[in-house]
Amino acid sequence: MTMPFGYASPEQQVRDKSEYARKGIARGRSVVVITYADGILFVAENPSATLHKISEIYDRIAFAAVGKYNEFENLRTAGIRLMDSRGYMYDRRDVTSRALANAYAQTLGAIFTESVKPYEVEIVVAEVGRSSDDDQIYRLTFDGSIADERGFVAIGGASDQVTTSLKEHHRDGQPLADALRVAVQALTVSVPPGLPQNGERVLTEANLEVGMLDRSRARRQFKRITGNALAELLAQTATSS
Amino acid sequence: MADPMGGAGRLPAVFMTPGTSSFTDFLSQSAPHLLPGAQSGLPGPVTEVAHGTTIVAVTFPGGVIMAGDRRATQGHMIAQRDVEKVHHADDFSCVGYAGTAGVGAELIRLFQVELEHYEKIEGATLSLDAKANRLAAMVKGNLPMALQGLAVVPLFAGYDPDMDAGRIFSYDIAAAKSEERTYESIGSGSVFAKGSLKKLYRADQTQADAVRIAVEALYDAADDDSATGGPDTIRRLYPIVAAVTSDGYRRYGDDEVEPVVTAIIADRSTSAGG
Repeated sequence: MTMPFGYASPEQQVRDKSEYARKGIARGRSVVVITYADGILFVAENPSATLHKISEIYDRIAFAAVGKYNEFENLRTAGIRLMDSRGYMYDRRDVTSRALANAYAQTLGAIFTESVKPYEVEIVVAEVGRSSDDDQIYRLTFDGSIADERGFVAIGGASDQVTTSLKEHHRDGQPLADALRVAVQALTVSVPPGLPQNGERVLTEANLEVGMLDRSRARRQFKRITGNALAELLAQTATSS
Repeated sequence: MADPMGGAGRLPAVFMTPGTSSFTDFLSQSAPHLLPGAQSGLPGPVTEVAHGTTIVAVTFPGGVIMAGDRRATQGHMIAQRDVEKVHHADDFSCVGYAGTAGVGAELIRLFQVELEHYEKIEGATLSLDAKANRLAAMVKGNLPMALQGLAVVPLFAGYDPDMDAGRIFSYDIAAAKSEERTYESIGSGSVFAKGSLKKLYRADQTQADAVRIAVEALYDAADDDSATGGPDTIRRLYPIVAAVTSDGYRRYGDDEVEPVVTAIIADRSTSAGG
């Protein structure tokens, strides 16, 4: 049988696309999503104060992403539209992270199979429950794979190293300051390409983006921690260590 | 032709198209049947539906108070005694309505999502004027329904951080927007409420004064308008009172409104003239 010019087997195509997407995602900086006693904390290394990697989606649901900004921004907007539509059509209580994670998984899966270029993104969708047992964290990869995570997850950059550090230091039911310390410590482990390895990197309020889903808040439970509030919280983590 | 709903098993194309930060605009493309006023073309005027009645708003230095009575009427009958017609719009504004209860409740629900949706997508809140304009567009969308008897008009009030002041916006059924810097009232009892506020309003009043005169204006409206409900001391149903200041939106609890109502009734009993 003669092969047409430029033929690549499906296996080869999937392998190539995966490798391409993986490389793109590993180039960026990491994001950590970690549970604490009263909710879920999102910490991203992000020098921009306006181009966010962390976002509110609905009352109890938030979103974190790494990779190509235009691609995950597109997914973030779609997520807010989908959840607001459902909340308007049914009721605010009927909006769940599982529905959002499924929609993302199917969309990413379809884009991966149908398009020449897959999305170079990795996403976390998290929902804070009434108690820590009901907290849900979903990790979605570029090909539409979905995983249900417990306690913590790291995406983007050198996520393996970050995960190792998180595994070692994360404790269930830890207070907020401890969770932030564990997350920042883990992010410091991952050195983005271009910066000297082993160099002492200090993450401060200027290059961190922090948000949280706080189950003690009324209705919209997502809150960004910025500026002085973040500086104070970071100072607390320094003294508690 | 491209399938507008996208390929199988993924979010429809309308979700993934960049552009609008308006939930109403998005809904008009993705699910137009969910928009208020979409069921136009009714066979004839509709009359036998519940109506909400009087809402007042009063500014004071640094903020604004909005209060509404609790009655809904259906013709000559009282349809409901504990309606809530003053609502949280977002953290720095509130909205109330007078007119057809079903349409009003739907309009406010859409308006709340509209403001929150923009805030989440853009990461910034709309200016108070922009919020007032969005509401005008929604009232305008309801015009065909209004002409068939299902009229509703909102009253919008909020705190404007650029001016450090409370501002009030009122509308007619054709969405003509007008701003009031002192006080405003809408609904069947509004004539009496405005008469009351005209005598009681002081530009330098405190927040507590503003609450008192807003509740008193509703008392006066209920006195002369059969469709406006007065404070129901037997069932302990009091007007809904909300304040918007630089600290944000705050709804007064019944335990806070009760002493205001009691004081007004006590004052009126001693000098029964007004």
